[in-house]
Amino acid sequence: MIAFIIRRLVQAALVMLAVAFIAFAMFNFVGDPVAIMAGQDLPAEQRIELRKSLGLDDPTPVRFARFVGNAVQGKFGLSYRTAEPVGKMIVERLPATLELSVMAMIVALAVGIPMGVFSGLYPQHWLSRAMMTVSLIGISLPTFLIGILLILIFAVMLGWLPSFGRGDVIRIGGWSTGLLSVSGWKAIILPAITLGLFQMTLIMRLVRSEMLEVLRTDYIKFARARGLSNRAVHFGHALKNTLVPVITITGLQLGSIIAFAIITETVFSWPGVGLLFLQSVQAVDIPVMAAYLVAIGLLFVLINLIVDILYFVVDPRLRSQSAKAGAK
Amino acid sequence: MSSPKLLEVRNLRVEFPTRRGTLVAVDDVSLDISAGEVLGVVGESGAGKSMTGAAIIGLLEPPGRIAAGEIRLEGRRIDNLPYHEMRKIRGRQIGAIFQDPLTSLNPLYRVGDQLVETIQTHLPLNQAQARARAVKLLEDVGIPSASERINAYPHQFSGGMRQRVVIALALAAEPKLIIADEPTTALDVSIQAQIIQLLKRLCREHGTAVMLVTHDMGVIAETADRVAVMYAGRIAEIGPVQDVIKRPHHPYTVGLMGAIPAMGHKVERLTQIDGSMPRLNAIPKGCAFNPRCPKAFDKCFRDRPEPMPAGTSQAACWLVQEPAHV
Ligand SMILES: Nc1ncnc2c1ncn2[C@@H]1O[C@H](COP(=O)(O)OP(=O)(O)OP(=O)(O)O)[C@@H](O)[C@H]1O
Ligand code: SF4
Ligand SMILES: [Mg+2]
Repeated sequence: MIAFIIRRLVQAALVMLAVAFIAFAMFNFVGDPVAIMAGQDLPAEQRIELRKSLGLDDPTPVRFARFVGNAVQGKFGLSYRTAEPVGKMIVERLPATLELSVMAMIVALAVGIPMGVFSGLYPQHWLSRAMMTVSLIGISLPTFLIGILLILIFAVMLGWLPSFGRGDVIRIGGWSTGLLSVSGWKAIILPAITLGLFQMTLIMRLVRSEMLEVLRTDYIKFARARGLSNRAVHFGHALKNTLVPVITITGLQLGSIIAFAIITETVFSWPGVGLLFLQSVQAVDIPVMAAYLVAIGLLFVLINLIVDILYFVVDPRLRSQSAKAGAK
Repeated sequence: MSSPKLLEVRNLRVEFPTRRGTLVAVDDVSLDISAGEVLGVVGESGAGKSMTGAAIIGLLEPPGRIAAGEIRLEGRRIDNLPYHEMRKIRGRQIGAIFQDPLTSLNPLYRVGDQLVETIQTHLPLNQAQARARAVKLLEDVGIPSASERINAYPHQFSGGMRQRVVIALALAAEPKLIIADEPTTALDVSIQAQIIQLLKRLCREHGTAVMLVTHDMGVIAETADRVAVMYAGRIAEIGPVQDVIKRPHHPYTVGLMGAIPAMGHKVERLTQIDGSMPRLNAIPKGCAFNPRCPKAFDKCFRDRPEPMPAGTSQAACWLVQEPAHV
């Protein structure tokens, strides 16, 4: 187990190095930072001065090493657009995105798993058929359209929920949370549903097909033959065996939720890193874009690591396999 | 009926409605099992052995269904019980052992937890008592250092050991009858005999009756008290095991007994007789065996023979009534 985690950590570090290199390459190949920072009318000598002071004339490996060294400390330089430290901008915005993404995932799991279990247990039931049809729509509608529809119904027509922003935010240490105020909860409902809808249909369909599969297995037949109650058979033996793929998908999808939050954040003017990224793209604000890339990459890697460890918790067969592999 | 049999199956018919008409997998099958008795069931693949067992334990997979007949356990009808009533009988009154021990156990549950949950489903024991019983059961089926192995997962056992665990699970609530559907077919030949011996010994000790489905006539000869020979969803012959083996009445049984392999030898198919069993949608009129029967005569193609007394056995063959044709 420990050996496995160490192996995964090394892999994660390599992945992060690759991501960092891409971010670093953006600095070198997309635009000239001096031109962007200083504008067109700076005299040539001062330009060279600036280049030197920014260390842009050093050899590439040195600059990359410096970039990584700074990145590890969370230093990505100053934003071209606002002249604020980029690390600080990202860190300030990250809680909004993370709260939205986790909330979207919770919505997707809390609704998707029960629906999948039900439609797996009773595939012929009219409700199951209805859910399958509706889920097709959920999969095929683009996110921004769903967001706009929800705004139209619940914000404009009914006036129940706000259509933009995070509501009242309370700061706890370095973390700003919207989940401690009523207006914050109201504000997160629509964007969380918008962002989670696709994953919800995905999880529902996954749980349903896994459930159908598992219910055909011999150990379910044998569990019934032992006289176990339906509840024990369905929610103990069957559901537990569908969890492994659900964990995989949840982990992988949490990463893409965070990445795809860009669209939802734009539709709902949600002050997260996605919105920040979009504004930075428009302003060719390379440091922010690079930092965003690294931050999202880091989240992806961390989530995958957690998913791998969860496998071990759920599936005993993996534990002994790695024990065997470790003994060799 | 002063002393009802443990299990009585009367005129059981199992059907599968399909798009191209109804398939009859079990056709008018009647058999009894007394308390503590071992009834062997043999027959070619597709003869309806497993379907008969599944019908008795109430686990026919839809669209399969019992279309006619009765199943009684100690005189009480059980084929028409609602699901939750039948559930209490499964495991408690009638246990089951399936073919493949590798897939019968849930891979994500410790064997001890699977035992404890089965015990607590049926018996009023607390966690500690149920665990103690689970350890005892594992010891009974010959698992070494049972009190430690109880915490192991199924994949940590070999195939033979897993089938021992399955037997422990089937016996967990002391059922009166166990339906063992080819309990050793999936196992290595070298351990098949051990498992059969274990099953036989435990059931004798606990007074448990067994319906033992197998392809292995050697196992039947050494283990069963009585034997039922099935063919195309019907019972061809049923009777005391020595009589059926030594003095078979049905021509199909005669063919089967032509070569009884020694116990422990794996026999894939019982095809000492030319030809093969008809498909369910092409069972001939009259006696289902008539295309392959060396003794068939005109009546066999016209009328269907019901099982009729033949010595100490019963055989579904017109020769019993009209020995002139033998
Ligand atoms: N879902 C189904 N639909 C239609 N026919 C089925 C279905 N399941 C089983 N059957 C048929 O029922 C018949 C009896 O099958 P059964 O499993 O009882 O045979 P068996 O005697 O146990 O054979 P084996 O020795 O191969 O286990 C077979 O001919 C099979 O084709
Ligand atoms: S009834 Fe006729 S065809 Fe059938 S087994 Fe007897 S002799 Fe053969
Ligand atoms: Mg079978």
